[in-house]
Amino acid sequence: MSSDTHFTDFKSDKQPTWCPGCGDFGTMNGMMKALAETGNDPDNTFVVAGIGCSGKIGTYMHSYALHGVHGRALPVGTGVKLANPNLEVMVAGGDGDGYSIGVGHFIHAVRRNIDITYVVMDNRIYGLTKGQASPTSRQGFETATSPDGTVEPPVNPQALALAAGGTFIAQSFSSDSQRHTELVKQAVEHDGFGFVNVFSPCVTFNDVDTYDYFRDAIVDLDETDHDPGNYQAARDKIMDPSTEHIGILYQNEDSVPYSDREGIDENMADIPEGAPERADRLVREFY
Amino acid sequence: MEDDLNWAIGGEAGDGIDSTGKIFARALSRAGRHVFTSKDFASRIRGGYTAYKVRTSVDRVESVVDRLDVLIALTERTIDENLDELQEGSVVIYDGEQTTMADVEVPEGMIGLEVPLNSLAEEAGGAIMRNVVALGAASEVAGFPVEYLDEALVKRFGEKGEAIVANNREAARLGRDFVRKETDYSDEFSLETTDEDYVLLNGDEAIGMAAIAAGCRFYAGYPITPATDIMEYLTGRIEEFGGAVVQAEDELSAINMALGAARAGARAMTGTSGPGIDLMSETFGLVATSETPLVIANVMRSGPSTGMPTKQEQGDLNAMLYGGHGEIPRFVLAPTTIGECFDRTVEAFNLAEKYQIPVYLTADLALAVTEQTYSPERFDMESVEIDRGKVVDPDGVEEWLDEKGRFRAHAATEDGVSPRALPGTPDAAHMTTGLEHDELGRRTEEEDVRVEQVQKRQRKVETAREREDFDHREFGDPDADTLVISWGSNEGAMREALGMLEDRGIDVRFLSVPYIYPRPDLTDEVESAEDVIVVECNATGQFADLIEHDTLSRVQRVTKYTGVRFKADELANEIEAAIADERAPQEVKR
Repeated sequence: MSSDTHFTDFKSDKQPTWCPGCGDFGTMNGMMKALAETGNDPDNTFVVAGIGCSGKIGTYMHSYALHGVHGRALPVGTGVKLANPNLEVMVAGGDGDGYSIGVGHFIHAVRRNIDITYVVMDNRIYGLTKGQASPTSRQGFETATSPDGTVEPPVNPQALALAAGGTFIAQSFSSDSQRHTELVKQAVEHDGFGFVNVFSPCVTFNDVDTYDYFRDAIVDLDETDHDPGNYQAARDKIMDPSTEHIGILYQNEDSVPYSDREGIDENMADIPEGAPERADRLVREFY
Repeated sequence: MEDDLNWAIGGEAGDGIDSTGKIFARALSRAGRHVFTSKDFASRIRGGYTAYKVRTSVDRVESVVDRLDVLIALTERTIDENLDELQEGSVVIYDGEQTTMADVEVPEGMIGLEVPLNSLAEEAGGAIMRNVVALGAASEVAGFPVEYLDEALVKRFGEKGEAIVANNREAARLGRDFVRKETDYSDEFSLETTDEDYVLLNGDEAIGMAAIAAGCRFYAGYPITPATDIMEYLTGRIEEFGGAVVQAEDELSAINMALGAARAGARAMTGTSGPGIDLMSETFGLVATSETPLVIANVMRSGPSTGMPTKQEQGDLNAMLYGGHGEIPRFVLAPTTIGECFDRTVEAFNLAEKYQIPVYLTADLALAVTEQTYSPERFDMESVEIDRGKVVDPDGVEEWLDEKGRFRAHAATEDGVSPRALPGTPDAAHMTTGLEHDELGRRTEEEDVRVEQVQKRQRKVETAREREDFDHREFGDPDADTLVISWGSNEGAMREALGMLEDRGIDVRFLSVPYIYPRPDLTDEVESAEDVIVVECNATGQFADLIEHDTLSRVQRVTKYTGVRFKADELANEIEAAIADERAPQEVKR
């Protein structure tokens, strides 16, 4: 790892095709800054992206990366990290990718406490498919597939994470660059599954959850007396979805990542020394 | 076959049938006898008929036959289930003191041997040892020294302490002595023992052992019959070779974890059965498009849908060949014996990395969950070669950078195989995607790039055809007019059937094919035969379709989809009937 890495080293030469003003620009910039400021460089970083507007991030960032199938980014990130613990693994997804098609993996990745960072670009809409309700869309939200307003209440991702034993649960706002970067950085530094849900407004298809809305509604936990180490307090905040919190909602300082519990610390890219010959004793087990 | 004995224990699922059968099989193996096992079982954990069958001989045994010489019947139903296989002189051991067995009538001509299994087990220390008493009785009936059972009992119960082992030995002796002293049974069989040392293992275990030998360090899977044994085998062993097994939340996650590990550079594998490969098929396409080396074991069971989860079938061939949307280059390997499960697994890892492609490694249930003896030299670790293909070391990166210094991870090379830089390699950071991409791995929809990338991925398959030896094995009479072709576990039964057919004056040339894709071209063999019969365990003849497609000839099909593997004598009859039969070649029977 080089200490002189600048966040622009994580930028590819491909120009983003996100709509002008899209929250994803800010979200991505914060991710790149957080990676650089934690001493990572593109050669030791692996970015995994799913499908949706968020999925394009692997193309716009420069690092080792896989842009996979819809909803399965977390399992890929899990495999990468376990196979080579030396890599910094950052998984990016959207609210559709992470909380709809991939919600099962979300819960289990949280539960396993894999030492990776998961950044969800939550715009509360399906943008790439041009404006359908997402799992985080507000109840009553009118879209092409819900002309009379959605009847389902939104999921509460932080509540899912807390219930699954989450050890780092945070929320940020893409346009508050400094705060967003700081939160992603803390997630990277967290020993375990660092989860950051990012309000990342869609300027084209969501006229409700706008920059103006968030600027008005956001309560920064840093400006309150919230203690992220206090589970009960975290639970109360998380179970109050009427307030748009940013900051660390919950962090378990005693978090032990999966790899530590399983004793996984080697780069598995190498064939173990003398593997075939050593396997000879496996034959003898069958006597 | 000389000195050939067919033995079985049957009862309710949950009666410990499987582990008892395995003890007997291992005892025979330790006595220097060859063993081939098979199972009849229901998927319910408790309840339902289940049986473990052992065929043993001093010669190699490669199949099962329609005959049972000694049966331990823990339930009345066990006798009913096996009436077809029991014959004049067969011995049925049962506990007549059990109220449920009180009315048992052993059919005319067979020898019923009432042994108070429960009472004797209690005498030895507990009713739980009932099955071991039965094993002792069976060893006396089979005319083979009870001492060999001791070694197998140590293997099974050694971890539980000496007292448990001693009690079990005592139980076995009580069973033996009862037959010897309290019944009028006189030697019917006398099993020869030899000094040979054999190992006893099943196909799933052979696959797991080979994976470790081949340097696989990451396995992710979701429990599913009959593939779970691979995961269970690796757990606790792969760690000693610096690897890990992850039990994923579902098959979607399992294949994506394995994909991630493979992208990180590990030799990675996932394993499943039919329902699992359906779930994995979307990611299968991603594995191929991102050109990631991955081995996917598919242990086939009866389908479609949940089908018959504990029953034999070779019904997934089309799903493996054609599964997934779009056109996906892939390899499909199908070992035909338990021993070959080892060889093809090692090869699967090499092929995956040499060609950066997903490789299906498929065993049918009959191969996967039944045990067979081998000489330990069969699994020669010295002969295991590891070829990682075009992995680029740090010094080699520069050669593959474009004019802007970007790594060409999907460079359209002459042989179709691109350089592979593992994450962590300096200056080679690159992305890849399931979207069509350029040689840098970045999305494109440009026509010429699309065509170039499709062609380079397909070219890998052609390169493999040229460089690899995707051959078949041949048995029987090379000049015979009748040609039989099969794949998967049918080889053993078919080889024995060859001898039976020869005795009936029918000469047969037999080709066993372990490579489904790419596969050998059998046009010459098919064209030079009068009758061509393709044998497989499915209803429609999926492999027969491929042979017809390849050779532009019609073939006859001998198919079976009852959920039970072919037996040698049954297969001989089917082949004979097919030759004599005037039926249309396309007709699907049974």
